[in-house]
Amino acid sequence: MSEQNNKEKLNRVKKQWEEKVNKALDKYPESKEFKLDSGLKVEKVYDPLALEGFDYLSQLNWPGEYPFTRGIQPTMYRGRLWTMRQYAGFGSAEETNERFRYLLDQGQTGLSVAFDLPTQIGYDSDHPLARGEVGKVGVAVDTLADMEILMDKIPLDQVSTSMTINAPAAVLLAMYMAVAEKQGLPLDQIKGTIQNDILKEYVARGTYIFPPKESMRLVIDIFAFAGEKIPNWNMISISGYHIREAGSTAVQEIAFTLANAIAYVEAAMKAGLEVDQFAPRLSFFFNAHSNFFEEVAKFRAARRIWARLMKERFGADNPRSMMLRFHTQTAGCTLTAQQPDVNLMRVAFQALSAVLGGTQSLHTNSRDEALALPSEQSVLLALRTQQVIAHEIGVTDTVDPLGGSYYIEELTDHIEEEANRYIERIDEIGGAVEAIDKGFIQQEIQASAYRYQKEIEEQERVVVGVNRYTESGEQPIDLLKMDPATSRRQIERLKEVRLSRNQGEVASALQDLRKAAQGEENLMPYIMTAVKAYATLGEICGALRDVFGEYQQHVIL
Amino acid sequence: MTEKPVRVLVGKVGLDGHDRGAKVVAQALRDAGMEVIYTGLRQTPEQIVETALQEDVQVIGLSILSGAHMQLLPPLLEMLRERESHDIIVIVGGIIPKEDIVYLKENGVAEVFSPGSSTEQIVAFIKQKMGENQ
Repeated sequence: MSEQNNKEKLNRVKKQWEEKVNKALDKYPESKEFKLDSGLKVEKVYDPLALEGFDYLSQLNWPGEYPFTRGIQPTMYRGRLWTMRQYAGFGSAEETNERFRYLLDQGQTGLSVAFDLPTQIGYDSDHPLARGEVGKVGVAVDTLADMEILMDKIPLDQVSTSMTINAPAAVLLAMYMAVAEKQGLPLDQIKGTIQNDILKEYVARGTYIFPPKESMRLVIDIFAFAGEKIPNWNMISISGYHIREAGSTAVQEIAFTLANAIAYVEAAMKAGLEVDQFAPRLSFFFNAHSNFFEEVAKFRAARRIWARLMKERFGADNPRSMMLRFHTQTAGCTLTAQQPDVNLMRVAFQALSAVLGGTQSLHTNSRDEALALPSEQSVLLALRTQQVIAHEIGVTDTVDPLGGSYYIEELTDHIEEEANRYIERIDEIGGAVEAIDKGFIQQEIQASAYRYQKEIEEQERVVVGVNRYTESGEQPIDLLKMDPATSRRQIERLKEVRLSRNQGEVASALQDLRKAAQGEENLMPYIMTAVKAYATLGEICGALRDVFGEYQQHVIL
Repeated sequence: MTEKPVRVLVGKVGLDGHDRGAKVVAQALRDAGMEVIYTGLRQTPEQIVETALQEDVQVIGLSILSGAHMQLLPPLLEMLRERESHDIIVIVGGIIPKEDIVYLKENGVAEVFSPGSSTEQIVAFIKQKMGENQ
């Protein structure tokens, strides 16, 4: 009864307030219509009336409790900060190893390996299609010998390593495990993540090799193998990051990512894996874009949707199966080539949204990335940005400090609802694999990307330094220069490895792999054997190409 | 007499999979009344030249963000010269350092559009160039 009275009172007072506002608006009209990327109209102000029927226990609950809206751990950053993990890799294994050890010395707490494009697409450095690409956007890894150099003097039982590798994830994981064995470590002590998320490659990132069905088999082989041998390894990082970079909205980012996640869970269960066995080792990767509150709400909504999906749809019992753990990277596509130092501020705000959204690890972009690969100085500033957030501004002192904000809760509910609507549509199409095959997801992303660009060109969306507050002339900034000899040296090393190994051993390992690929066995043990014999990445992927064929992109505009 | 629409090939050269820019530009050119042939990902310089000749395009727009432009673009420009098709206007979009832009423009690239360029600028540039070539 008193609640009812209270509501009436609120409505009455609000009405009076609105009359005043309307008068004010006659004199001072608002500057524009306010809306989110996903189309939601943003109200002047949010109040308790918007949250009518809001149930704290079912919508939020305490941190560490289902549905984990407020965070997956009860104490969050009070116990342990997020992992500061800067994505790095360029040139040769030696140079990248040096950058890794530098970052660890500067207080970074985890490694993140960027591979060059030939490695990501399963070509050796001397393949004709590798022309010009060796060591460019990441480090070139052709054989186990390169991985040994890459991880030299880095104790693999003490750092966690994330590897952005998808189509040939099985091969790179096998190499990493082989290096750990050579360091004398039991495999259950290594910690890390492989991206291994092939579905988003078809729609957003482009480094696919095999057709979807065969690719899904490799993903699930890794699930089964890793679950048994490397229990502390995240065997997939289901990624919305690239979907967002390709132009999607915040809602689409989590909807398409979770739709992909559903496809992986279904495939794993179909292969006979127990949901509570593998689900705790699934991890996610999201983008921190520029609309601050929308991003915070997006992270919270993603956690809630996932918890409910795992419990209600897939019947998970283990709470860890329901916890959405995620890495975040700030939005590369928001960085500008104009006035690059301004990017420092963009990155800081985006990083803050990830922290307030409860991320488990974070990469902050460098200010010069719209111009070149980041210089050491720029990477250091990006890392320092995280350290300021972690230690100076008090946002880690309490868990989910924005929880209960009328606006944040309204946004979280809205994003959950809209994302669920997309997931239902994808279910109707027949799941993510089918929706990708039909081009549905690609078209949705493309439409959003085009709208975003139009908004910038029509000045509806302000980008400082690009369409407003522009400056003529350029700010000088020191850019990283790539050593042109890297590619030649890499190819020389590859040739040496090819000459010095036991050829018979390599040939038979590849033959066994080919045969196994034609059947239904788990391919990981065969890949391990080939890797340890110093078969090259190109040879291993080539054997699989022979059996699986290659994916042909159908272009949709 | 209706003017024949400009034919433009938009392509991704090299292994780089970032096609947001290429697709947005392709759509904008189409909205501006041009005929667009979009090649999709992972095109070699040879494939781009081959498609351009087969499709009889007047403009080639290439997107490249991986940093491999200095290895991939000069052979492509050379092939166009060999096939006596250097009247095709080649424009490039992507993350290209300033000194490389100078080199590419000296060697046959008509313009390089860096991050932050608008699709309107690209459309206007093509229209202007086509006017000059008439």
